[in-house]
Amino acid sequence: MTLEALNELKEHVLAVLPPDAIGEATGAEIVHGELCLTVGRASIVMVLTRLRDDPNCAFTCLVDLCGVDWPAREQRFDVVYNLLSVTANLRCRVKVQTDEETPVPSVAEVFSAAGWFERETWDLYGIYFADNPDLRRLLTDYGFDGHPLRKDFPLTGFVEVRYDEEQKRVVYEPVTLQQDYRTFDFLSPWEGMTRGLPPVAPGDEKAAPAGAAEG
Amino acid sequence: MLDGRTAAAAPGDLRSGPGPGDVEIKNLNLNFGPQHPAAHGVLRLVLEMDGEIVERADPHIGLLHRGTEKLIEHKTYLQAVPYFDRLDYVAPMNQEHAFALATEKLLGIEAPPRGQAIRVLYAEIGRVLNHLLNVPAYAMDVGALTPFLWAFEEREKLMGFYERVCGARLHAAYFRPGGVHRDLPAGLADDIRDWRAAFPKVIDDIETLLTENRIFKQRSVDIGVVDAKDALDWGFSGPMLRASGLAWDLRKAQPYDGYEDYDFDIPVGRNGDCYDRYLVRVEETRQSLHIIDQALDRLETLDGPVAADDNKITPPKRGEMKRSMEALIHHFKLYTEGYRVPAGETYTAVEAPKGEFGVYLVADGTNKPYRCKIRAPGFAHLQATDFMSRGHMLADVCAIVGSMDVVFGEVDR
Repeated sequence: MTLEALNELKEHVLAVLPPDAIGEATGAEIVHGELCLTVGRASIVMVLTRLRDDPNCAFTCLVDLCGVDWPAREQRFDVVYNLLSVTANLRCRVKVQTDEETPVPSVAEVFSAAGWFERETWDLYGIYFADNPDLRRLLTDYGFDGHPLRKDFPLTGFVEVRYDEEQKRVVYEPVTLQQDYRTFDFLSPWEGMTRGLPPVAPGDEKAAPAGAAEG
Repeated sequence: MLDGRTAAAAPGDLRSGPGPGDVEIKNLNLNFGPQHPAAHGVLRLVLEMDGEIVERADPHIGLLHRGTEKLIEHKTYLQAVPYFDRLDYVAPMNQEHAFALATEKLLGIEAPPRGQAIRVLYAEIGRVLNHLLNVPAYAMDVGALTPFLWAFEEREKLMGFYERVCGARLHAAYFRPGGVHRDLPAGLADDIRDWRAAFPKVIDDIETLLTENRIFKQRSVDIGVVDAKDALDWGFSGPMLRASGLAWDLRKAQPYDGYEDYDFDIPVGRNGDCYDRYLVRVEETRQSLHIIDQALDRLETLDGPVAADDNKITPPKRGEMKRSMEALIHHFKLYTEGYRVPAGETYTAVEAPKGEFGVYLVADGTNKPYRCKIRAPGFAHLQATDFMSRGHMLADVCAIVGSMDVVFGEVDR
């Protein structure tokens, strides 16, 4: 995928979509040779339908759909759609934002593949997809509580299972750790490993940024 | 199996329900798996059946869910590599490949030519490993045992090559961001050549048992037909897509690691049924051998490092660490803190043996991935079970699931 082809695609996509579909303060950008569109939540079905049906880009394959959690943000979740066009040999990424309560319109009608991907995203992040025909949990245990890929869900989880010899069945119990969960924060301000990135160390946030010290 | 009862009614009166001699049939719910030899691991398939005919198939997955994506968020980039071996454990290095390429893209580095050639060599060995499992396992699903035994003998040899290059038969952790962990040991290239010279005979043998076999064809021709449009709609990739007649291969379409310089063909099916998927995989195995040849030739002439020459990303040589203080510090820092990856995101995919294996990697500028979504080809394929097996017989479900080439390590993650 050359940069020219991507720029052409970007222009084309922006021409195909109505201007109000692309969210304010967002839009289309090309990073690392990949085109990324950010669109308003309500218009996602229309955007994907147009991208699929437009003969010049023909994004007929939904390769992947997933969530990303940014807890500090007001709209804490990103839903990311990765599209592929086999005729134009191009990829495109479409993002929408949402929070815990607001449902995202399901695109299962546009791409059959979206069904399970949305179920998975619902399961792991608790992002609700309106009108998905079958929004059950997919990967976690039957009767699981919580959404494990959220950043505020602990790595150790809350329940553990074991086979109980006396009751002759699998029992669920609260997690007990033999030792405290150890999480090592190795981030150091040592310039050696930063490769030109500004050093970040926990507790070091007040230090003046490298640029400010000179100015 | 039939929950039948007869009720008295006037003969010939169709509206009043079943008459004498009629049997009222209720749909049957059948639990297939998770402990079933044809379930390929831990698939639980709830089938709604009308007699022998499948009316609805509802796969329940997640029995092997280990929270890989969550775990990766808590590990450094280097520590995340071994998790990829545990996804599709049939061809481990092909998964690492996607993660290595994604990380390299965010870091803005590239593996040196020799490292790339070794990756191509082992990615193709992985493809042969995978097809050597899937083709005979599929044959076993439809009734043939012998190819399985033959293929496993060859798999054993290939895993020997894995072991010699990285020390592990399965969980390799060999493709690292920046290149590969270390160079090929002396003599390995010659042994791979010897194996490669003898191997086509095994494919021929397997093919004599299967390709024109009457039972095999009866069980697979016209079973689970998917046309190209549906295949794209359901997110198919790899042999599943090519069997439907679409010549789409990421190694050709969006080449990575120098695949554009290798000469090979893409086998394409015509009917999109189980038999075509089998044929595509067999031919892909032969094509992989051509790539292995070319990669070995290339390795003879290519000298130089196998990993990026940047000690902020790849560890220094052991010998260097004995003499240089700086190398020792780099080693220590790389294996504790790890390297930091600039903030950004990428979706990078490779042509894994099962299809498009992608990694959507979000970096936030620290030493751990912020988000690492693993796009497994088997996930999309398995999703289409309902679509593909509707209206087929129960025995065909085994053939369809077998021809999808699903491994639950990657489906459940």
